[in-house]
Amino acid sequence: MQVSMTVNGEPVTEEIEPRLLLVHFLRDQLRLTGTHWGCDTSNCGTCVVWMDDEPVKSCTVLAAMADGRAVRTVEGLEQNNVLDPVQQGFMECHGLQCGFCTPGMMMTARALLNRNPDPSEPEIREAISGQICRCTGYSTIVRSIQWAAAKEAGESPAQEGGPVTELQETDQLKQSETVGDPV
Amino acid sequence: MTTTEEAPVEAPTGEGTVPTVVNNDQKPVGYGRMLRKEDPRFVRGLGRYVDDVQLHGMLHLAILRSPVAHARIISIDVSAAQALPKVKAVITGADLAAQGLAWMPTLSNDVQAVLATDKVRFQGQEVAFVVAEDRYTARDALELIEVEYDILEPVVDARRALSPEAAVIRDDLDGKTDNHCFDWETGDEAATEAIFARPDVVVVKQDIVYPRVHPAPMETCGAVADYDRVDGKLTLWSTTQAPHAHRTLYAIVAGLPEHKIRVISPDLGGGFGNKVPIYPGYVCAIVASIVTGKPVKWMEDRSENLISTGFARDYIMRGEIAATQDGKILAIRTDVLADHGAFNGTAAPVKYPAGFFGVFTGSYDIEAAYCKMTAVYTNKAPGGVAYACSFRITEAVYLVERIVDCLADELGMDPAQLRLKNFIQPEQFPYTSKTGWTYDSGDYEPTMRLAMEMAGYDELRTEQAEKRARGELMGIGISFFTEAVGAGPRKDMDILGLGMADGCELRVHPTGKAVVRLSVQSQGQGHETTFAQIIAEEIGIPPADIDVVHGDTDNTPFGLGTYGSRSTPVSGAAAALVARKVRDKARIIASGMLEVSVADLEWQKGAFHVKGDPEKSVTIQAIAMRAHGAGDLPEGLEGGLEAQICYNPENLTYPFGAYICVVDVDPGTAEVKVRRFIAVDDCGTRINPMIIEGQVHGGLTDGVGMALMEMIAFDEEGNCLGGSLMDYLIPTALEVPDWETGFTVTPSPHHPIGAKGIGESATVGSPPAVVNAVMDALKPYGVRHADMPLTPSRVWDAMQGKATPPI
Repeated sequence: MQVSMTVNGEPVTEEIEPRLLLVHFLRDQLRLTGTHWGCDTSNCGTCVVWMDDEPVKSCTVLAAMADGRAVRTVEGLEQNNVLDPVQQGFMECHGLQCGFCTPGMMMTARALLNRNPDPSEPEIREAISGQICRCTGYSTIVRSIQWAAAKEAGESPAQEGGPVTELQETDQLKQSETVGDPV
Repeated sequence: MTTTEEAPVEAPTGEGTVPTVVNNDQKPVGYGRMLRKEDPRFVRGLGRYVDDVQLHGMLHLAILRSPVAHARIISIDVSAAQALPKVKAVITGADLAAQGLAWMPTLSNDVQAVLATDKVRFQGQEVAFVVAEDRYTARDALELIEVEYDILEPVVDARRALSPEAAVIRDDLDGKTDNHCFDWETGDEAATEAIFARPDVVVVKQDIVYPRVHPAPMETCGAVADYDRVDGKLTLWSTTQAPHAHRTLYAIVAGLPEHKIRVISPDLGGGFGNKVPIYPGYVCAIVASIVTGKPVKWMEDRSENLISTGFARDYIMRGEIAATQDGKILAIRTDVLADHGAFNGTAAPVKYPAGFFGVFTGSYDIEAAYCKMTAVYTNKAPGGVAYACSFRITEAVYLVERIVDCLADELGMDPAQLRLKNFIQPEQFPYTSKTGWTYDSGDYEPTMRLAMEMAGYDELRTEQAEKRARGELMGIGISFFTEAVGAGPRKDMDILGLGMADGCELRVHPTGKAVVRLSVQSQGQGHETTFAQIIAEEIGIPPADIDVVHGDTDNTPFGLGTYGSRSTPVSGAAAALVARKVRDKARIIASGMLEVSVADLEWQKGAFHVKGDPEKSVTIQAIAMRAHGAGDLPEGLEGGLEAQICYNPENLTYPFGAYICVVDVDPGTAEVKVRRFIAVDDCGTRINPMIIEGQVHGGLTDGVGMALMEMIAFDEEGNCLGGSLMDYLIPTALEVPDWETGFTVTPSPHHPIGAKGIGESATVGSPPAVVNAVMDALKPYGVRHADMPLTPSRVWDAMQGKATPPI
């Protein structure tokens, strides 16, 4: 069957098998491999893309269901060679490690900020609770999204990193010498 | 062990000084917080994972798996599958056996079926594979393969594996008449028994189960095999944490010449140990490419990942601890029954069949210890050490930190005070444990005190008392762990005869930019950043000017790869030392350029200058150009500016940490909420604190998952009950708190920059903190122990006095 849609603003018309999943359509047929495939059961969310501005899990959406719709993927976040604040936030706040869940997380984050520019931490956690990250433990993802929200609000975003307490005066530290200046 | 007795190892930028301690968090580059070099591609969706590899004419492979746990294969009929349009090949175990490829060695000197020939031995075992023009057709064809099975009695309960009635799983092994896998012991049985027999000691005994869990990285395992039949070269993109070790083993298994195999491990979507073993699917993809003459992709789905690839834990332990009445711990003893599944696929150094479980004496200075272990085969998936476990230290730390809490309960002591009373003291390092492990460095009390201070420990206890008076259930759990990471040394540690050392090559280009080539492979740990920082700190070239190459056997030196938190302890040392070799050569070149002797040169900020005359200096970039330039070099010196090294670690490194978990348990629903988690880690010199914290956060999440949610369970027929992410529960952002991290710095004395591993510390250290917190919350119910996972139903049972083991 034939489907037509826009993907990241570009019109696309393709012949597909009716049973083809949207995630495989994007990855294998359009070669947009930023969207990942992780579980088949809508639990992990690494496949999240937008259909008409709403996040969907593309592993449980048929490509045929996207016919006539506007699909946006991680590849569409960057505009005119400028990274979206969400993308910047993930880099600034160490919101990713292996990077596999990151595209889905960022698409959900972008959608959240579009409808709620100043989300609370619980709201952010709720928004990404349909997605799994095995590396970060989520705190840095939350901070990444807060960073993006602050950036878009015109505030200067918080410095990278969360609360870190340093042991000040152990004997070992007293005896220590300072490594040379930054390179 | 100490650097004072031998040739001193150079400090990061000084010369002749010992490794130093510094707050790197304040430094922008070199060692310090810098944003990751790999992130710009990941945030654009431009990471390149195995499933992103698309080659011209590529075919797709799908594997038929056994639906039952134990059965004899009567017949396999592939004719209908072969007849399906777009199917290119259907291969069974019999086809592989004809080529001598039906079995492959595991990393533990056992063998594992690539495709079953005689029997299937676990649900999900590989039986046949299909190669087709697309993914969907390959899956369709699997449905058309007819397999007739003669169902056999499965062995599911490890406790019954050695009973005479149990079916023999491994009848493929010559003369095998039972399900015994191996026995192992460590420590001094008699000395330990003598302490336990003393009339004046308090003895606490507790059965403790660490159930089977699964690393479940977000990216499943897979491969793309491309065999070039003209030049006989195999290129294999695969999800491997150890590309060089895999290449050598493929050479041994498949008989392909090693120089004709190129293993590429591109971006990996997490590993956690899941991507250390060689899986049958990789071998199938290789065979398929050779048979069809086309590139072939195999990518498992989530269910296949959960039911067939490397699991972790599955230890049934009995812990015993003996102490004086006032809380001086004297001895620890344990008896372990280890479930290794159908094939011993454990990826641990060969002399350590139980991994590094021998460090179960933990952070405490005790008089005697003994462990006896029996490992058995069962009709479950093979594996054993995957999931960020530091070769079984996860189980060891869980045992000791749980039993110490049980002792505190028995003695009516505060668990923090009990630990403080028994710590190995700083002056005792290097400390040789009663099971023979030499802890390199440690200073435990300040770390513990910092965690207590951050948590507000005394205030928490006050709050808890108030809440208990109101009938609310609040718990405070403590864990203090010591890890042993960074295998080798090679004299003691090897994987199938491959010594656990790692190579590193550094080449400085004429314009002063550089490339460093590593034998280890990142799965998200940020090697491209950390290793650039190590080199930058040593030779003064900015990290942005240093390209880090890894994960490609054709372009990197040999080494054993990334697992067991070994990258920084082993390859990190190699990187520092190779940079120092380059700097040594640069010094000679600089002496020629400045026309002074090398002894008159000082190194600072990426340049050599003449002592007493800082104006006379040459930068590393100028030296690099001279090394490749037209002018003469000092006599006897070759051109170029590069070096290579193979680093054989002198010892493991022993990071440690103090974790405090605060939970609230709903008395009505038995639901556990982790309210706070405080983690103070000491991993020696901190290279990139941002990355370190990220490693810790991830491990803490693993710990909460294992303690409260995660378990791979089986029913009586051996059906895996954790075969999807609907059944195998992994924490989301709602199940974990905002992590509170702190640190102390106790450098490793033998590592050139004083660094220790950090990748698995939190996974190892956090489960006992969570469980101890829940047990603390349940004190009003008289509960001393309940096994993980502490799901609401299991906690509820414990509250009713009906706690049962999960297996």
